[in-house]
Amino acid sequence: MDGKINLSVDLGAGLKLANPVLTASGTFGFGHEYSDFIDLNRLGGFIVKGTTLEPRQGNPSPRMAETPSGMINAVGLQNKGVDYFIENIYPTLTDFDSEVIVNVSGAKLDDYVAVAEKLSPLDKIHAIEVNISCPNVKAGGMAFGTTTAGASEVTSAIRKAWPRHLMVKLSPNVTDITEIALAVEGAGADSVSLINTLLAMDIDVERRRPRISTITGGLSGPCVRPIAVRMVWQVAKKVGIPVVGLGGICNADDALQFIMAGATAVQIGTANFIDPTTTIKVIDGLEDYCRRHNISDINELKGII
Amino acid sequence: MPKISKDFILTGRRMLPSGSCLMTFVTADGSELPEIAPGQFVEIKIDDVPSAMLRRPISVCDVRYGTELILFVKPLGQGTHHLVSMPEGKKVNIVVPLGHGFTVGDCKGQRCLLAGGGVGAAPLVYLTRALKQAGATVAVVLGGRSASDVEGVNSLYEAADAVVVSTDDGSAGSKGVVTLNPIFNGQWDRIYCCGPTPMMKAVARIARDKSTWCEVSLENHMACGLGACLCCVEHTDDHGNVCVCTEGPVFNIKRLESWMEK
Ligand SMILES: Cc1cc2nc3c(=O)[nH]c(=O)nc-3n(C[C@H](O)[C@H](O)[C@H](O)COP(=O)(O)OP(=O)(O)OC[C@H]3O[C@@H](n4cnc5c(N)ncnc54)[C@H](O)[C@@H]3O)c2cc1C
Ligand SMILES: Cc1cc2nc3c(=O)[nH]c(=O)nc-3n(C[C@H](O)[C@H](O)[C@H](O)COP(=O)(O)O)c2cc1C
Ligand code: FES
Repeated sequence: MDGKINLSVDLGAGLKLANPVLTASGTFGFGHEYSDFIDLNRLGGFIVKGTTLEPRQGNPSPRMAETPSGMINAVGLQNKGVDYFIENIYPTLTDFDSEVIVNVSGAKLDDYVAVAEKLSPLDKIHAIEVNISCPNVKAGGMAFGTTTAGASEVTSAIRKAWPRHLMVKLSPNVTDITEIALAVEGAGADSVSLINTLLAMDIDVERRRPRISTITGGLSGPCVRPIAVRMVWQVAKKVGIPVVGLGGICNADDALQFIMAGATAVQIGTANFIDPTTTIKVIDGLEDYCRRHNISDINELKGII
Repeated sequence: MPKISKDFILTGRRMLPSGSCLMTFVTADGSELPEIAPGQFVEIKIDDVPSAMLRRPISVCDVRYGTELILFVKPLGQGTHHLVSMPEGKKVNIVVPLGHGFTVGDCKGQRCLLAGGGVGAAPLVYLTRALKQAGATVAVVLGGRSASDVEGVNSLYEAADAVVVSTDDGSAGSKGVVTLNPIFNGQWDRIYCCGPTPMMKAVARIARDKSTWCEVSLENHMACGLGACLCCVEHTDDHGNVCVCTEGPVFNIKRLESWMEK
C-alpha cells in the first residue's frame, strides 16, 4: 500500500484524535515526564493524572509491588487538586497538537461535579475522563462504578456540569460490566473507557505481611490484557457510544486486539514504565500493520470480531 | 540534563568477594554519555527474566572518559541475579540519568565524610571524585558484615584522602556498625550517606544531633523512575509526599525528620 493511511479516529462529541493512541491516567504524569523520550505531539492524546477537588497526599509507602507480568499499585490518587492544575499545569499543556484529557476523581458526588465545573472554562480541554473505578480510595471511587445506580447518578450529575466530551472509565471489579456501561450511556456519557485496575493482593511470605501498605491495590500490566480485551468486546457489542480500550497494552498487536474487539481508541498505561517510547512504537506499529494488510483506514478494523 | 533511553553493551564485569559485581557499560551506538551527576541513577531493563517486567533502579557508581557507565550491583532477587551473571557483550536498555544527585557545589576546603554500606557505597565512588575535583577533603567509611563485604570495594575510592572500614564481626577495620567507627568523632562539615535504611537513619541522627549538614540517598521501590507513577514517594516535612525518583533519591536530612523517626 503506497497511499496515506488514515489513523485518525472520532470518539464523538467533538473529540477527534489524530491516531487511536492515548496514555492512561496515572501512568504518564502530565506528559512532560516523557518529553525527553518522545514527541508528545505525535500522540492521539494524553490523559493526565487523576485530579480531585482538594489536594490529596495519597496512601503511605510501599505503594507498589511487582507481580507476574504486572504490578499492583496503591497510589491513592495523590494530586495537588484541581485549582493547582488549572493555575500551574494547564498553561503548560495548551500548545500541544495532541488532545489533553483530564481524569477526574472524587470521594463524593459533589466533588466530581465541582471539579467538572472548575474545568469547564478551559477550552483546550475537549474531554474529561471520569474515574468511577479507582480501587485505591476508601470512599467514593470504585463505589460509584460498581452499581448501575451509582454509575448512572454520578454520570448524570457530571453531564450537567461538563459541556464537552464526557468519557467514563469503568471498573472491571463487577459481575457484569456491560450493565454499568449501559447505565452510563443512558446517563449521558459520550464514550466509555475500560478497564481500570483489578482489585488484587500480594503477600511477602518471608516477612509475613502484605507487600503494599493498603493490603489490596489495583493490578495492571500485561497480565490483565486478556480480561480487558474480553470486557471491551462484551461492552462494544452492547453500547452505541465509542469504547476506549486499555489494560496491558505493550505493542501494536496488543492495541489491535482491543480495536478488533470493538475499541475506537486505546490507552497505554503500565507499558510506559517498561519502555518510555511504547506509545510511539504502537502508533508506528499500527501504521505498519495497515500497510502490510492493505488497509487504508484503521477504523476498518474496529469491532471485526 | 535530558534523559535518554538507549541500548548499552556490557564491556566489563568484575565480581567482588561479597558477590556484588562491578559492571561497565558503553552505549551500543558509540555515542558519549549524557551529563550525569553523582548520586543520580539509571533504570535498567532486564530482558529474559519474566519476574522483572519493570526496570530496576541502580545508582551510577562512576562515569569514566565520558563513555563508560559503571554500576555496582548486588544480587538480591531474580532481576539483579540475572544482571550480575550477564556475559560481556550483552546488550541492555538503560534510561539515564535519573533523579537529583548529591550536592557538590562550592565545597573547596570542606571536610566531607562519606559513609557507605554494602552496594550503597556505589554512588559514593563518583561523588568522591567530584568532591575532590572541587577542592574538598574526603574521607570514606565503609560498613559490612565481615571482611569479604568490603574487600575490593575500598580500592574504588583511590581519590579519597582516607578510607576506613567497619565490620560487624571485626574481621576488617573497626568492630561494630559504621556509626561506631571513631571517624565519626572527627570534625565534619558535610556527611553524605548511602546504604541500608537502618544505617542511613543512624548516620542521619548523628548528623542531626551534631547539627552537621547531611544528605542521604533513599532506595524506595520504583515503577517508572520518571515522576509519572507516584509509587516511590517518601514523606518530607516541608512538602508531604514527594517522588524519590525525581526530587531524590538524595535528600537533605532537614526534610526527613519523620523518616528518621519511623
Ligand atoms: C535509587 C535507587 C538506587 C539503587 N542503587 C542500587 C545499586 O547501585 N546497586 C544495587 O545493587 N541495587 C541498587 N538499588 C536496589 C535495586 O534496585 C534492587 O535491589 C532491585 O530492584 C531488586 O530487584 P530484583 O529483581 O533483584 O529483586 P526483586 O525480586 O524485585 O526483589 C527482591 C528483594 O529486593 C527487594 N527490593 C526490590 N526493590 C528494591 C529497591 N528498590 N530497594 C531495595 N530493595 C528492593 C524486594 O523487596 C525483595 O525483598 C537501588 C534502588 C534505588 C531505588
Ligand atoms: C501507578 C498507577 C496509577 C494510576 N492512577 C490512575 C488514576 O489516577 N486514575 C485512573 O483513572 N486510573 C489510574 N490508573 C489505572 C490506569 O489508568 C489503567 O486503567 C490501568 O493501569 C490498566 O492499564 P495498563 O495495564 O495499560 O496499565 C493507574 C494505574 C497505575 C499503574
Ligand atoms: S517511580 Fe514512578 S514516580 Fe517515582
